[in-house]
Amino acid sequence: MSRPAHRRPEYRKINKDLFVLTYGALVAQLCKDYEKDEDVNKYLDTMGYGIGTRLVEDFLARSCVRRCHSYSEIADIIAQVAFKMYLGITPSVTCNNASRNEFSLILDKNPLVEFVEELPTGRSSLCYCNLLCGIIRGALEMVHLAADVTFLQDRLKGDSVTEIGITFLKKLDEKKYRRKK
Amino acid sequence: MADEALFLLLHNEMVSGVYKSAEQGEVENGRCITKLENMGFRVGQGLIERFTKDTARFKDELDIMKFICKDFWTTVFKKQIDNLRTNHQGIYVLQDNKFRLLTQMSAGKQYLEHASKYLAFTCGLIRGGLSNLGIKSIVTAEVSSMPACKFQVMIQKL
Repeated sequence: MSRPAHRRPEYRKINKDLFVLTYGALVAQLCKDYEKDEDVNKYLDTMGYGIGTRLVEDFLARSCVRRCHSYSEIADIIAQVAFKMYLGITPSVTCNNASRNEFSLILDKNPLVEFVEELPTGRSSLCYCNLLCGIIRGALEMVHLAADVTFLQDRLKGDSVTEIGITFLKKLDEKKYRRKK
Repeated sequence: MADEALFLLLHNEMVSGVYKSAEQGEVENGRCITKLENMGFRVGQGLIERFTKDTARFKDELDIMKFICKDFWTTVFKKQIDNLRTNHQGIYVLQDNKFRLLTQMSAGKQYLEHASKYLAFTCGLIRGGLSNLGIKSIVTAEVSSMPACKFQVMIQKL
């Protein structure tokens, strides 16, 4: 018998400001350390990847989600369960192409940028929330799903919404995985 | 509300990221602690503004320290400081017997030398908070057995 997933959900919650401000301080520090926006973006992505690879265990242990059978199911789980659980928001999901492996998460509200007025001057190609991309990429990789995750639109850059694009590449080790089953 | 796991992992990545860049020779080793401390300072400044928005005016220094030990600590680390001591001459020692950022590490002596990395951010957090309440201070941390640790706050008289 598995234990109930949310025995004391409030116990694991912390003040959102702590996380948001810490992230802000981190990006500010990185902007000081690296001159090029690309370097900052890359750093944030790598960092996110590290978080994602660990976070996915926590996610699977606590969320009790079932095995997914399609990419669209996975995208829904990310939006409705994972984002809800960790950031308290639920982005909407759209599918972008006919082969159903490209999805967009559209964030109406993004807690990470709550205190951000605008990007610093001369930092126009900074992806402020690039950490999120890394987290999603890292987490998916740990469940054997290679994916490209990038920001397609960003409100901080003047777009009307914030949109994260997830493109699933081929499923890794498909044959091996089938045989095991 | 955000999830605790996210903050803990972010903090771990921050520490390892800063030290990795030190290994590659981009920054000197001694600067790492300062860097983490500075980030904590900024966060502390921001947090204390939000937490004290609706509180009554503080009576004195000790009152402020009590606020840090109780309300501030509870909001950030989900527990109070276990012991607060002072010599009444501007030195305060805050003892946490189960410090949240150390609980995920082995409780033995094995990683003791690495513990200070994981305390720098919090030192900054305290210093930043105090600084926005008008108290200039120096905060240092020491660990003798994990996950317990002590933060020493030295008030700088103006």
